[in-house]
Amino acid sequence: MDTDSKSAQGLPIVVEFSGGLELLFSNQRKHKLSLPSRDGKGHATNMAYLVRYLCDNLMSDARQDMFVVDDTVRPGVLVLINDADWELEGEHQYELKKNDNVLFVSTLHGG
Amino acid sequence: MAPKMCALCGTSRAFIVRPKNQQKLCKECFTTAFETEIHNTIIANSLFVPGERVAIGASGGKDSTVLASVLKTLNERYSYRLNLVLLSIDEGIKGYRDDSLETVKRNAVQYQMPLEIVGYDKLYGWTMDQVVDQIGKKGNCTYCGVFRRQALDRGAAGLGIRHVVTGHNADDIAETVMMNLLRGDLPRLARATSIVTASPASDIKRSKPLKYAYEKEIVLYAHHKRLDYFTTECIYSPEAFRGSARTLIKSLERIRPSAILDVVRSGEDMARLVPDEVSGGARPNKDILVVEGEAEIGGGCGSANGRSSGGEMADMEKQLLDIEHAQGNEIDIALRGQKHDRNCRNTNRMPKKLHKQQMGKCKRCGYLSSQDICKACMLLEGLNKNKPKQQIEVSVEEADSPTLTRRMEGLKVIPVHQT
Repeated sequence: MDTDSKSAQGLPIVVEFSGGLELLFSNQRKHKLSLPSRDGKGHATNMAYLVRYLCDNLMSDARQDMFVVDDTVRPGVLVLINDADWELEGEHQYELKKNDNVLFVSTLHGG
Repeated sequence: MAPKMCALCGTSRAFIVRPKNQQKLCKECFTTAFETEIHNTIIANSLFVPGERVAIGASGGKDSTVLASVLKTLNERYSYRLNLVLLSIDEGIKGYRDDSLETVKRNAVQYQMPLEIVGYDKLYGWTMDQVVDQIGKKGNCTYCGVFRRQALDRGAAGLGIRHVVTGHNADDIAETVMMNLLRGDLPRLARATSIVTASPASDIKRSKPLKYAYEKEIVLYAHHKRLDYFTTECIYSPEAFRGSARTLIKSLERIRPSAILDVVRSGEDMARLVPDEVSGGARPNKDILVVEGEAEIGGGCGSANGRSSGGEMADMEKQLLDIEHAQGNEIDIALRGQKHDRNCRNTNRMPKKLHKQQMGKCKRCGYLSSQDICKACMLLEGLNKNKPKQQIEVSVEEADSPTLTRRMEGLKVIPVHQT
């Protein structure tokens, strides 16, 4: 089946953190990930899935509330999908595509 | 989903939704709009005079880096004929300021601007690391704030410069408006909203060209222009109250992005209601009250933190207790022609007559001060005596800015009643 083979292939994406968020993720700015292309319920993998996935699998710091509050990206954290404001892309509902680049930038730190 | 196109040029893919008006712009149109708006702010407020030498308070963080980059661009584009210098303060915090200063050094090369670094160690004989060793992590922001203000002035004065620009943005100002509203500090609220602040404690003018710029746009501008900036948090005690105000502002922005500029405008409107003799600083040629010590707006110290979860209520309660202690020192502002109910009910609080500030020189360091001894010297005296929690007399002039006193945990405040 087409969908099954897709899901087995996985969905390679690049996730980047800056503005201080990298501190929560092993102090590493760029992460190459391979996500399942469908979530547990068979829906296409979207940003909501990615955010949960990052908290559950990639975060090396206990301060989850620096990144996520009330199940969504904390206000003050900007999200760019392929260098565009995620507000242009449907935010959590955006369905990730192969080789997408997702950048999370915190604006909460001193300047 | 088809890519959304830029609302201005219609030919390129949109990259940002502008928080102030929800306009969708491409990178080029956004960059131009962002720069042009700052130019308009500069012109509308006559921030600069041609040929002026201006020091950019540079921390290496996003705001001051964007400010330096934009000012360089605008200076060339619109022939302001400004002589721009980067001025950095080295508070002496290992693992924080030493790293960010490296960024400023690179910026100096990138922007071809001279860089002056003024260190707390040379100026005061104490680094913040040493201060914290002595007084602990609580309350050290007060020292840092008092020292920084004077350090920026002294740094500028040493260069023969009389104008310092700082990177305070709309989010910082909205945050400060909220904080001052929540603690009933209208004089400070009025000063914080002002784009230019002059203070009799200094003959150096401060201005905030990024006052109307959203933090979101500053970060995206820095991202798009690939500016080299440094992000980290000050490692010492973040201010819980500011953190809460910041969280509130950012949460409001999520629901209603225009809220940030709306709060800034509301702050400006409220500032107009504050009598001149109370608000001080903002208006030239008036009796001016001193704006000494802590900067009117603290956003630039890097302690504007986002972490504000655990223990926040406890901190808040503690702070409220401190405020109660400082209550005798508080001043009520009776707006002209209006009765102020609090005055009638609360006999503890006497409306106090405000005085024109008499400026003199600090007897210790010779720096301009409204007191015999300036605040930095008073703090230093405490440090040098190895006894930081000394009593400090707070006079009426300062009573309009009780924040400093309130923050000084464990301090007993002795209001000096002047008639």
